[in-house]
Amino acid sequence: MEHVLAILVGLFVALGIYLLLSRSVIRMLLGMVVLGNGVNLLIFTAGRLTREIAPIVPDGLSVPAGPIANPLPQALILTAIVIGFAMFSFLLVLAYRAYQTLDADNTDTMRLAEPDNAPNPPLSY
Amino acid sequence: MAGDLTQTLDPLLILVALAPFIAALFTPLLQRLIGSYAGWVLALVPAGIFAYLSSYLHPIATGTLVQGAIDWVPVYNLRLSFYLDGLSLTFALTIAGIGALVVLYAASYLKGHPHQGRFLAFLMAFMGAMLGLVLADNMLALFMFWELTSVTSFLLIGFDHSRQAARRGAIQALVVTNIGGMGLLAGVLLLQMIAGTWEMSAIGGVVRDSGLYGIVLACILLAAFTKSAQFPFHFWLPNAMEAPTPVSAFLHSATMVQAGVYLLARTTPFLGGTEIWTTLLVGFGGVTLIWGALGAMRQSDLKQMLAQTTIASLGLLVLLIGLGTETAILAMVAYFVAHALYKAAMFMIVGAVDHGTGTREITALGGLANVMPLTFFAAVLAGLAMVGLPPTIGFFAKEEMYLALANTEWQGILTLLVLVAGNALLGGVALLVVIKPFLGAMTETPRHAHEAPPAMLAGPILLAIAGVIGSIFIIGLADYILSPAASSIRGDYVESHLGWAIDLTSPVIWLSVATWILSGAVYYWAGAIRSGLRRASSALGWTADTVFDAVMFGLIRFAGAVTRWLHHGRLELYLVLVFVTLALALFVPLLGMGGLERLLPTAELGNWSAVLAWPDLRPYEWGVIALAVIGLGAVLMAPSRLVAILSLGVQGAAVALIFLLFGAPDLAFTQFMVEILSVVILTLVMTKLKLDERDPRHLEDLLRDGTLAVVCGAGVSLLLMVVLAGPLDTRLSDFFTATSVPIAHGANIVNVILVDYRGFDTLGEISVVMAAGIAIMALLRSRKKPAAPPKPRTRKAKGATA
Repeated sequence: MEHVLAILVGLFVALGIYLLLSRSVIRMLLGMVVLGNGVNLLIFTAGRLTREIAPIVPDGLSVPAGPIANPLPQALILTAIVIGFAMFSFLLVLAYRAYQTLDADNTDTMRLAEPDNAPNPPLSY
Repeated sequence: MAGDLTQTLDPLLILVALAPFIAALFTPLLQRLIGSYAGWVLALVPAGIFAYLSSYLHPIATGTLVQGAIDWVPVYNLRLSFYLDGLSLTFALTIAGIGALVVLYAASYLKGHPHQGRFLAFLMAFMGAMLGLVLADNMLALFMFWELTSVTSFLLIGFDHSRQAARRGAIQALVVTNIGGMGLLAGVLLLQMIAGTWEMSAIGGVVRDSGLYGIVLACILLAAFTKSAQFPFHFWLPNAMEAPTPVSAFLHSATMVQAGVYLLARTTPFLGGTEIWTTLLVGFGGVTLIWGALGAMRQSDLKQMLAQTTIASLGLLVLLIGLGTETAILAMVAYFVAHALYKAAMFMIVGAVDHGTGTREITALGGLANVMPLTFFAAVLAGLAMVGLPPTIGFFAKEEMYLALANTEWQGILTLLVLVAGNALLGGVALLVVIKPFLGAMTETPRHAHEAPPAMLAGPILLAIAGVIGSIFIIGLADYILSPAASSIRGDYVESHLGWAIDLTSPVIWLSVATWILSGAVYYWAGAIRSGLRRASSALGWTADTVFDAVMFGLIRFAGAVTRWLHHGRLELYLVLVFVTLALALFVPLLGMGGLERLLPTAELGNWSAVLAWPDLRPYEWGVIALAVIGLGAVLMAPSRLVAILSLGVQGAAVALIFLLFGAPDLAFTQFMVEILSVVILTLVMTKLKLDERDPRHLEDLLRDGTLAVVCGAGVSLLLMVVLAGPLDTRLSDFFTATSVPIAHGANIVNVILVDYRGFDTLGEISVVMAAGIAIMALLRSRKKPAAPPKPRTRKAKGATA
């Protein structure tokens, strides 16, 4: 069953990259979210799948009774989800401000830092 | 005698190299406290070093070698080691002695300059670098001090940084000498490889027999020739004259440019004496001598004339080192001492003339002897040395170099002719510099001519007199300085035969007489020679200088072109580059390093039924996966942005369900929360903006992006399958599972990992969230400030009052 999820991960990554390659800033933002989900699933699947048994030690025991889901990828992904959300919010506000200031949500028209036909550096000492 | 050197340890030797650096640190403060009197205090440092080193004159003359070292990087067996033999002593004494006078001179020359403290600090740092260079035994220390002289001289030449010419001179000196510095580093590393030691004193004779000798020699010669302004690297030196005159007097007479000469002298024991050494040094030295001397005749600016003669003198010194015989080396040391004394004096005299009259143009000066008698006195003595007339050390140096070449074969005769011609031209320049500005009719000068202040006179007068006294006591000078220095270069004892007994039957003295007569002739026809040379150089049309400019500007253009090519400013192409790299990183290991082989072993290829088993998934799991796929498809196909955002929520919810189904409830809840928030915030923001609904993508872009996306997605899938085919290392997970309750007293293992075992990671995560929050706040707060039109503001103000 992991192979089905592996293919699903591939779909997530492919769509994320496709959206990121767009010139529309909002689509790039969606791409970031999709790509992030894909990578989270990648880590999750790489840690092998176990159905329904959460990594929680039952009351009164010092170790779980039977096999449990791998807790390590879960810890990593939990961090990744939160950081991903922080990044998403920041990028969203950045895109919003860029739209307000430059009146554009298309990366082709956002050339303030690297303008077309930038002049040569001065030929002197 | 060289074989039975007694060795003494003196840790104070390290302080000799470091003291000027320490003084440099406090110089600006000192200058702020006591103004230009700081020069008198600072001069005590080199004067003290001079006195201290003088105490070693006798021990070294009697065959002692003084050493001092501290551990530098003990792990690599590196020691910051210094040693003092005849050669280092001669150079160090020159540097410290002239340094003291130059510091004094500079304090007076730049009196009232707003950055005088900075200038004196640079000067002291340079002095320290130079002393370290000539005292270093460890070759890496030598390289370090070598580069320090380049850096400090860059600061000194570019001191007047508001002028473009000064900046150019400084950059040129830095570039040219640093090319040599790289050569020195390579040479030093090769020497260490060959000899197995970092100490120059321990290298011995193995280098000449090594197969790498040619490369080592090329590296060292590159270093020496760039530093000592040998043809064709000579062009930076005249441009370095943009520096204030004290710098020229110090750097371009006795010190920095002599570092290359020092390096050649220092490496003679283990590199010198071969045929290629002699050929190269004599060849380049001879060309440089004539080139520099002719260059001097072409100039009419006093300082430029001296700069060109310095090139010539450096060529002469290199030539003599190349000859390498006892007499030649003795002549080289004598000429070095004579040149250091008279050239520093000459530069200071020119500085005094410039200071007193406001011009350095030789055609605009005349009759200054009456108003500047003391300067004139120093100029006459220094001029005598430069022409090589008795009683000066210059006379003996010239005698000795002619003696070195008397009675040899045709190459020797040719070299002798070059020497006579070079010396005659230099003598002619000396006569010009001494006679033209000071004798004849008084001319009008930009400033009312006046004698220089005492601090500026002390240097030239003392140095010029030293040249005379040294020649009167030539036997003592030879015993204590010339002979020990020559012995260190030759590697065995060099007996000096210098003395006042002049043999009129020897051809050498008559060569000297011929040189003097030719010097007079050069002086007489100076105007004709100058205009002839100028015509010749303008006929040539280009110089090494123009080549340098072309190379530098070419470099700037090239850098600009590369930058525009790489930083074209089109974001989607940057991203294409990133993802192409990702695709390569995924597929190269998969295809090239046997990744696919592990996934689909060739032996099982025929056995399709085993490979293609129906996945063991329950119906509701299929449902969730289908939901994810539908969500993704909807994001892609959505006709409007609002639909796309809602579809984003669908795929996020599907991911959360996958987490839930496979034993990760914590993840599922967090994911749900985040997805809901994202969709809500996105929707809020999107409804505020009037965005273009279409996704502007041309067909070719669509194909490119689509292919890249599919390739990367497939790569990730395959890679994940390969990973799944391998074994899982569960040691960490097992540890966390086993110890969660006993050690950390938490039943939820994921939570325990986050807050206990990986607590610092979580702290970092919180910091990232906080930083993002602060950045968002800053972005939103700065909203109305930058380009708000004036009208609404007045309206708002009115509204406020109302």
